Formats: sequence, C-alpha cells, structure tokens
Amino acid sequence: MEVPLLWLCEGVPSTRIWPTGAGQDVGRSCILVSIAGKNVMLDCGMHMGFNDDRRFPDFSYITQNGRLTDFLDCVIISHFHLDHCGALPYFSEMVGYDGPIYMTHPTQAICPILLEDYRKIAVDKKGEANFFTSQMIKDCMKKVVAVHLHQTVQVDDELEIKAYYAGHVLGAAMFQIKVGSESVVYTGDYNMTPDRHLGAAWIDKCRPNLLITESTYATTIRDSKRCRERDFLKKVHETVERGGKVLIPVFALGRAQELCILLETFWERMNLKVPIYFSTGLTEKANHYYKLFITWTNQKIRKTFVQRNMFEFKHIKAFDRAFADNPGPMVVFATPGMLHAGQSLQIFRKWAGNEKNMVIMPGYCVQGTVGHKILSGQRKLEMEGRQVLEVKMQVEYMSFSAHADAKGIMQLVGQAEPESVLLVHGEAKKMEFLRQKIEQEFRVSCYMPANGETVTLPTSPSIPVGISLGLLKQEMAQGLLPEAKKPRLLHGTLIMKDSSFRLVSSEQALKELGLAEHQLRFTCRVHLQDTRKEQEMALRVYSHLKSTLKDHCVQHLPDGSVTVESILIQAAAHSEDPGIKVLLVSWTYQDEELGSFLTTLLKKGLPQTPS
Amino acid sequence: MKLYCLSGHPTLPCNILKFKSTTIMLDCGLDMTSTLNFLPLPLVQSPRLCNLPGWSLKDGNAFLDKELKECSGHVFVDSVPEFCLPETELIDLSTVDVILISNYHCMMALPYITEHTGFTGTVYATEPTVQIGRLLMEELVNFIERVPKAQSASLWKNKDIQRLLPSPLKDAVEVSTWRRCYTMQEVNSALSKIQLVGYSQKIELFGAVQVTPLSSGYALGSSNWIIQSHYEKVSYVSGSSLLTTHPQPMDQASLKNSDVLVLTGLTQIPTANPDGMVGEFCSNLALTVRNGGNVLVPCYPSGVIYDLLECLYQYIDSAGLSSVPFYFISPVANSSLEFSQIFAEWLCHNKQSKVYLPEPPFPHAELIQTNKLKHYPSIHGDFSNDFRQPCVVFTGHPSLRFGDVVHFMELWGKSSLNTVIFTEPDFSYLEALAPYQPLAMKCIYCPIDTRLNFIQVSKLLKEVQPLHVVCPEQYTQPPPAQSHRMDLMVDCQPPPMAYRRAEVLALPFKRRYEKIEIMPELADSLVPMEIKPGISLATVSAVLHTKDNKHVLQPPPRPAQPTSSKKRKRVSEDVPDCKVLKPLLSGSIPVEQFVQTLEKHGFSDIKVEDTAKGHIVLLQEAETLIQIEEDSTHIICDNDEMLRVRLRDLVLKFLQKF
Repeated sequence: MEVPLLWLCEGVPSTRIWPTGAGQDVGRSCILVSIAGKNVMLDCGMHMGFNDDRRFPDFSYITQNGRLTDFLDCVIISHFHLDHCGALPYFSEMVGYDGPIYMTHPTQAICPILLEDYRKIAVDKKGEANFFTSQMIKDCMKKVVAVHLHQTVQVDDELEIKAYYAGHVLGAAMFQIKVGSESVVYTGDYNMTPDRHLGAAWIDKCRPNLLITESTYATTIRDSKRCRERDFLKKVHETVERGGKVLIPVFALGRAQELCILLETFWERMNLKVPIYFSTGLTEKANHYYKLFITWTNQKIRKTFVQRNMFEFKHIKAFDRAFADNPGPMVVFATPGMLHAGQSLQIFRKWAGNEKNMVIMPGYCVQGTVGHKILSGQRKLEMEGRQVLEVKMQVEYMSFSAHADAKGIMQLVGQAEPESVLLVHGEAKKMEFLRQKIEQEFRVSCYMPANGETVTLPTSPSIPVGISLGLLKQEMAQGLLPEAKKPRLLHGTLIMKDSSFRLVSSEQALKELGLAEHQLRFTCRVHLQDTRKEQEMALRVYSHLKSTLKDHCVQHLPDGSVTVESILIQAAAHSEDPGIKVLLVSWTYQDEELGSFLTTLLKKGLPQTPS
Repeated sequence: MKLYCLSGHPTLPCNILKFKSTTIMLDCGLDMTSTLNFLPLPLVQSPRLCNLPGWSLKDGNAFLDKELKECSGHVFVDSVPEFCLPETELIDLSTVDVILISNYHCMMALPYITEHTGFTGTVYATEPTVQIGRLLMEELVNFIERVPKAQSASLWKNKDIQRLLPSPLKDAVEVSTWRRCYTMQEVNSALSKIQLVGYSQKIELFGAVQVTPLSSGYALGSSNWIIQSHYEKVSYVSGSSLLTTHPQPMDQASLKNSDVLVLTGLTQIPTANPDGMVGEFCSNLALTVRNGGNVLVPCYPSGVIYDLLECLYQYIDSAGLSSVPFYFISPVANSSLEFSQIFAEWLCHNKQSKVYLPEPPFPHAELIQTNKLKHYPSIHGDFSNDFRQPCVVFTGHPSLRFGDVVHFMELWGKSSLNTVIFTEPDFSYLEALAPYQPLAMKCIYCPIDTRLNFIQVSKLLKEVQPLHVVCPEQYTQPPPAQSHRMDLMVDCQPPPMAYRRAEVLALPFKRRYEKIEIMPELADSLVPMEIKPGISLATVSAVLHTKDNKHVLQPPPRPAQPTSSKKRKRVSEDVPDCKVLKPLLSGSIPVEQFVQTLEKHGFSDIKVEDTAKGHIVLLQEAETLIQIEEDSTHIICDNDEMLRVRLRDLVLKFLQKF
C-alpha cells in the first residue's frame, strides 16, 4: 500500500517575501492525503497576498476526475486562521463538496465570523465579484462536524480521526488520521511552549507512519519569549511616556488576546493611566469567545478564571473613531493586522506623520500590503488618489507568532515517534536544514515536497487475524521467549472466509470444515543379527534409546514394546531365521522426522551391553 | 471474567471488573444515606438540638445517652456524620489498575480508595466530571470542617449494642466500616490521579483492553463506558438520561453488540415524571412567596439546579416574582455557576449554538447580571446584610444534616408560611426531616430524577441487544413499597443477572479469540488454498512474539547452513526436534489413480488386493505394502529409507495439509 500525498498549496513563503522568515498568515495550506484508499483533505486555506484566482487552491486536479464529494472521504480544518480555512466556502459551495468537514468547537464558532469579515473586506470594500456570499458561509458551516480533543471520530467503518491540542490559537488542533494500522498525523500550526493564554501542543507516542509538520521556524531557535515581551513593553512604555501614540495592528483573534493580557498586567503593575483601546466590533466579541472557551486556554488561566477572568480587561476600553484625534498618548489595538484596509489603516494614516508615534507590527505581513511596505523600509507610500503618505512614525516589528521553533518541531517528532516526516508550511532552504537534522537525529526519512509534487510512501502493513485462544495459550504456556538457537514454531491453520481471518489449530480447522483427518502411518522393519530373546531385545533397545535421546520421553511398556514419544517399537522373531530379530518401528506422518531418525539409528545396530 | 460488587446502592455503584489480566474499578460511589442516622450539624448553636433528651434502653439503662439523642420518636447519633464506604475487603484494592468514573455523583468515595488502599493506578474521567466533582467534594469537606464537633460516637457501633437499638439504626449495615469525611488534602491528592478523557476517546490499557467513555446525557460530562478487547465487549451504563436537559444527548448506538451490559444508576423515583415535577416546583414556589413565605430548596451545588434556574428564568416574570430575591448559598456557588458556562462542548446542541453567537449557554448569567439571583459562599458575611424576606434559597446539603440548609430549617421551620421543596432524589425526605420534627413549615416533595426509567430501559435494551444484562438486585424486582408494579423492574431476555453488595459474579462469556498480527514477510509466504467456495486455508508455521500484550507472528528463521566442520557430532545433536510438527492431513486416496501414479514413477509389478475397508497395494519387488483406507494410509516397508520417502511424497500429493 502507498500513501500518496499531494501538496496543492503554493504559498510556501520564500525569503523574498519576508527576510526574517516569520510567517503566520502566509500561504494557503491545503494538503491532500491518500491513506489506504481513503482520501482526506487537510485544511483549505486562502492566500492573503493575491486578489485573483491564485487566492484559492486549485481543485481541478480532483474535479477533472469527478465530483469532490465522491473523491474525498472528509475534510479536516486545523484552526481558524484564514490561510487554513479561508477557501472553505469556495471549496464546498462554489466548487461543490457535501461530505463532512471536521474541526474543533472553537474553530467552528470563530471560523464563520472571520470568513464573513474577510468576505466583507473583499466584496464590500474592494468590490470583488465571483466571491462567496454570506449564505454560502452559512451553508458551508452546516457541513461541519465538531470534534472534541482526543475523541476518536469514526468517519466511516475504516477511517478514524483524532484531534490533539496544538496551542497556536484558540481551538487549534493537530489531527491523527488512521485507517487500520496505517496512520498520518497533521500538525497544522502549533506551538510547543505555553504562552500567556494558551498551553503547549501535546501528542502521545502514537507512532504514525507519517508526521506532516509545519516548519515556519525551521531554523530559528527563538530567543526567550520574556526578552521579546520586555522589549515590546519597553517600546510601548517609552512612546507613551514621551506623549506619543502607539498603534498595534492585529487580527481580532489570536495574538491580540496575548498582547492584551501582556499590556493589561503591565499597566496594572506600573499603575499606568494612559488609555488602551481595542477597536470595536469583532474584537469585543472575540474576547467573549475566549471567556466561553476557557477550557482551551492554558492551565493558569483555567485555574483562576472563577476569581479573575483574564479576558475581562480593566484597562482596555472599546475604541471610538473619534478617539484617534484626541490629544495625548494612547495605545490602540486595531484590525486588520497587515494594515491593508479598515480601521488600522485609517488610524495609521492619521498618525503616520508624527515621529513621536509608533506602529508595532506583531505578526507577518504579506507582500502588497501597507504593513509589508513599511516593514521593508518604505517611508513614502502611495495611497488611493495618487496621494503620497510620508511615514515619520517609528515602525517596529516584533514576532509574536505562536509557531513551534526548530527545537519545538524536534520535540514534537520525538513525542510522536513517526516512521517518517514531511515538512510543509515553510521555506525550502530552511526546510532542507531541518530535514537533515531530523534524519540525523531520529533516523527516519524526511520529505519536503514542492507544490503540486506527490510524495509516495511505501508501507507494508501487517495483517490482523484472530487467533483461537486455545492455540495462543498453549503456545504461551510453552514459554514466552523463543530460544534464540532453536526457535519454537507455532503451527496452525489460517481460515479465510468473507474477509475474516482466523488462525486456529489444525485439529480445529478440520473439525470446523467437517473434514476427517487422514492418518498416514509408516512401519519399517529393521533386521538385526541377534540371537537373544525378543524381550531382552526390547530391553536393550530401551536402554540404548534412553541414553541416546535425553530430551525425549522413552518408555518401556508392560507389553514389551518401547515408545519414544508416540513412536512404537516392537521386537519380533524372524519367521525363518532364528538368528535374526526384527524391530518394527511404527510412526505417523506427524512424527516423520523422529521416526525416520530412529530407523536409521536402529539400523546401525545396538551397542554391545557391558556384561 | 468476574465482577466484584462493592456497593449495594444502585445509583452510587462501585464494581470491579476483572477482564483479560486487567482490574478495572467502575465508579466509586459513596453512600451518604448513612448520615441520615446522625443529628444535623448546625452552623449557629441550636438550643433545640442541644437539649434533645438522651436515649436509654428499655430497661432504663442510659449508658448510651451521650451518643444517642431522641427527637420525636426517632433516635439519632450525636456525632460527626459518617459515610458508608464501598466494600474494601472483598478484593485487594491495591491491585486495581484503573478507575473509570461515569459522573460527578459517582466519584465521591474516590479519596477513600486512592489514598488509603495502596492504589497506584490511574483514574479516568471527563473534565466537567472532575471539575464539578471537585466542587461537590470541596463543599462537603467545607460543610463538615467548618462546624468542628468534639464528639465522635463509637459505642453504639458495637455489634451487641447495635442490635438493641431501634430501627433504622439496628438495621444499618457495616457500621464498623463507616468513616468520617476526608480532608481537602486527600481530595486534592485523589484528584491529581485523574487523567482527563473526552467522549469517544479510545484509551489503551496495557495493550490488552480498550476503554471508551460515551456521553450518557445525565449530567455535564457524564459518561457510560465501553470496555472491550478485539473480540469481547462490556458496556457499563451508569446514570444515563434520554430527556433533553442541558447535557449532550446520550450515545446509544455505541452500546450495541455488547456481550455483557452492566446496568446501574436508573431513576430512583420511577413513578415521577421530571417535567411534571418541575411544574409543581414552580407553582409551589410561587404560591409560598405570594403568601409572604420563604422557600427553601435543599440541593447540590451543580446539576438539576441549572435546569431549575433556567425554568425560573422563564417563569418569574410571568408569575410576578421579579422582585423576589433568589439566593444560592454554597462555598462553591460562584465556581459552579461559572464552570457551567465554560463547558460548551459538553452541552446539548441548543446550548452549544448559543456559545457560537457568543452568548453564555445558561441564562443564569442574566439572572446574576440583573441581580435577581445572588450567590454567597455562606450565610456569614455579605449575605446577612443583603438578606431580604420573603425569598427563595437554594442551598445544601440535601440530606439536611450539614451545610447552610440546617440553619434555614431551624430558622423557618416554625412558620407554616414557609415551604421546603425537595428536588434531589438521593435522600428520603421524611427521614431527612425527622430530626426537625415537629415542623410547622410546609414540605413539598418534587423529586427530579432525569435518569432512565424502566420503560426507557427496556426500549434501550431492545435497541442495543446485549447478550447478557447484569444489574443490582433492586432492579430485578418491583420496589418494596409498590410490590404489585411488575412494570417497575428490568425486563429482558435472558433475565438479568442480579448482584448484591459483597458478591462476586462470574460473567457468562468465554473468550475464544485474540488478535494477532501476521507480519507482511510471513503473509507473503503463505499459500492460500480454496477448500470450499468462499473458504480458503493456509497452513502457518511461524514464530510467536508477544510484547505488551500484543502478539505478532514472524516468519520462521531460515535453517542454518550445515556446518562444514568435519568434527563428528554427538548423536544427540542430530536428534530432530519433535516439537516441529508436521501438518495434519485430510482427504482420501483414489486407488486407481494412485496405482497409475506409481507406475508413472517407475514402479512395476504392482498388485492390488481388496480388503473389507479398502485396498492393499503390494509392491512385490520392493517387498513393500501400502494399506489404503478411507481415512488412513499405512506404508510398511523394510530397510529402504529412500523408497519410503518416495512413496510418502507420492501419497502426500493426494492429501490436503492442515
């Protein structure tokens, strides 16, 4: 059997896009896995950097051969970021897919809101045509089946999936996809170190055939988070101290909450009075999601939420458009995060001219956005209507993306103990470095396919059968560890009927099939020159065999015959020659080897008895 | 496969299942009805309780009057209340590998088991079960610890003395094993041994057994359990509900095809309809308050109270009760209300979709926001300032033996304007009220038990079709008080096996198969042969490897190359290993074809004689004789081993090997 893998996504970020290689909202994750005859699509993301066809994955590879629903057994969405779920309504409603879509509860709750937000910006603000509608988002979400962490979801009789906690954002999950004894784990985006509001990703030693892991920070061992946080707080503090305004463009969910908790605790500790605002709408709602899905946050927040809910902020107030013109210092969190539209862009335009002000970009920006331009050093921006905006405010970048770094990725590989690893969601050069490291350290093969490339893994699964307990116990009773020199063999009959496989003892197999045993017996006459009586002969045969065959059960029976295990030896007189005695050796086919050995042995004659 | 029954209480079960080398404890219920034999623990000293007369024997002997007090004809133990633990002597509890918890009511004995029996295993439960279970334990410990009682009575437990006591003390079972409440430290230590699980999660135990929790629909995070190997399946059903209340609906389909279904935790009030009871609850509550009286609702801090608050939320405005204060008093009231809102994934669909909006799933959030519902850790502190009458108070403990409820019973008991409404079904309300008699306040009994009733059970059993049902003996006969109601018992075919406390049941099924993996290299070497249409056979000779209870068959090692050394070997080294068995044979040998084959292989001078049972083939030249019968062949030859082997192989051509 094989595990072909198709990488439909082309958004592997390259150095050209962002030199430091950060990337949260990049690419468009969409991976097709075929495992033991089942086809599963992992994520269905969109690309933020494109406004044309390239925005969505290309499903023609599948559709040229028929309908998506017929081809795919299920779709799994790892988390609510648009680069992982943004193309879902397009995929299910416009291309057409009616099968199940699996995601966690928080993802199911938050995903439609982000999709709607994205749709509004694309259609209402930018006026794009041929885009999915609000109704399509609703219809698409009706196909979603929510999963619990660690729940084994039986997609059909053979295919099962299981979600693991991934950190990264609220509701993010890694998924194990399993058919029979073959399995694949897909990490989505994950974080191996707990942060202020989320826990660390965790997976058990599930030993998948393949681990598909993101590798955004393939080569980075990030400096301690504390340093970055201190830096961030210092910059914000310095700016407001000198009366400047701080703009922090964020996406409504995810890093926004992390930074809010950070500022809130800092304000509390320093007893600061400078106002902090959070742009309205989505974000207020967002905090509410965090409160209701508190079981998905980290241990500390979960433990203390009754006394103090970390998502009820004392210092952070709702923002009103008019506040932007207020004199004096303030800190504003505004959406969207890449300064490509909406409130964050409006505020930016108002504040950009003053060098006292500061904009802090806490995440990755896609090429073409204002965020990307200012981060790459551009200070004169051409706005709509040929207007030129001169940026005098300070521009800072701080990576607060919650991805695993190289150490974290290695840690996860160590946890799951996969047979092979496949790297996605990263940049080729850095992936190559990580690939070598993984192959060296774990001695497993590691793949890094380009877009559209298919990886095929040879697998040879073992065959599960039912062994009759009698046969197994009889075997186990004989000693568990087979001797190295003379391994004992288990002998039985495999009955294959209607695709059910049972291993039973040969006797049972005969009985079950209503067949009689056919006994094959051999009797050999061994002639020996000997004048002694038959009884004496038998006794001599007995003592000879007894001393030769130490490991066997040799018996002298009252009727004068000798047995070795089930082999019968009788001594008789020769009908014509009294000087010759005949030994009749008789055995069944099952004792063939021993019987044959005994005849040969006896033919050599008996040793002279010491008188 | 055996079932050890450690608890006689059908809704607070504690059983141990021995299944394939694993020892699994199913639930850990604590029978708290024992506390009904004790005097209540008042928060504020109660002159009435202090002045109850001591009890003396019929002959006037009063040596027990310090321990036993009499109130309105009932005798109570004046001591720290004690609980009836599951049986600890029936089986060595340190051998228990895992404990599976089905809901937060069925884990209250956990600290006794995990902390005092040498238990070293793991406990499995869902997150809501653990969180709410912790709250229940915390409340219990708090209730008992905050009113320290100097006296710990033990004289009365003496067997010779106990039989002189009046009922129900006389009939109390295993009083010598009754224990005081655990401490918070023990609770924390016990809870730290719990591993969280999700519904439908497959948990491997030592590679031998797989256990899976399933939604049972009774409470937040409540579960039934499947315990299975590849060929056997035991379902453990405990506290399940088919009613639509707040928890996720019951998963019935996964219980199908069980060999044994252990059935516990059915409704304790089979004749009461929960919906009707809720209606009665609301109307009695409204009536009392309208007449200027107070309403006391003894309850647990979680569970049905959420549903009651939801009903009241819809009811209070229409009933004109919007100005009446509702108080919820419990050391864990706040936590319980907060926790209820964060378990979206464990709630019914309706409540789940509210969270998606996002709105709190339970409307008590709004009751709190609008100040209609207020919660306090106890009657001390803020509550005394805010307290306004008439009002409605929800507080514990439903046994009326400890907790803030004792205070309200003493405070309101004397006025017939007030009403106490019993909703929890765990305690007999008459027994609960006994130490407060005589009472002027009204008592309404509206037990709300959403667990399965007998009609639902028989429907369920028809649906999932277990081969055998095992249940507490109480379910195999009508309730003692309604002995004519033959419909109030479990009815199935074959009839259920009943268990009693301290019994060991041998479960009626025999394991016949075990899973084994055939490695691909071995599988490749097998040669299947079709014996009958649709049935193929292959003989297997392989090496068995067993590790972590997983069995694997590997191909036999290649025979070692014969050693070229000239050194003469001892005879014994050449002795073949008799354990290498040849396959069994089957089939029969057609004589004519056999003779033709012999001729083809160069034998001549063949003579065939008929016998009674078959034929004798004589090879005169070789002085060899072959007896052929229907089910046997006998080759008799002299010294010529080469010849024998040739003949053997020719015979084998006609036979099938097994």
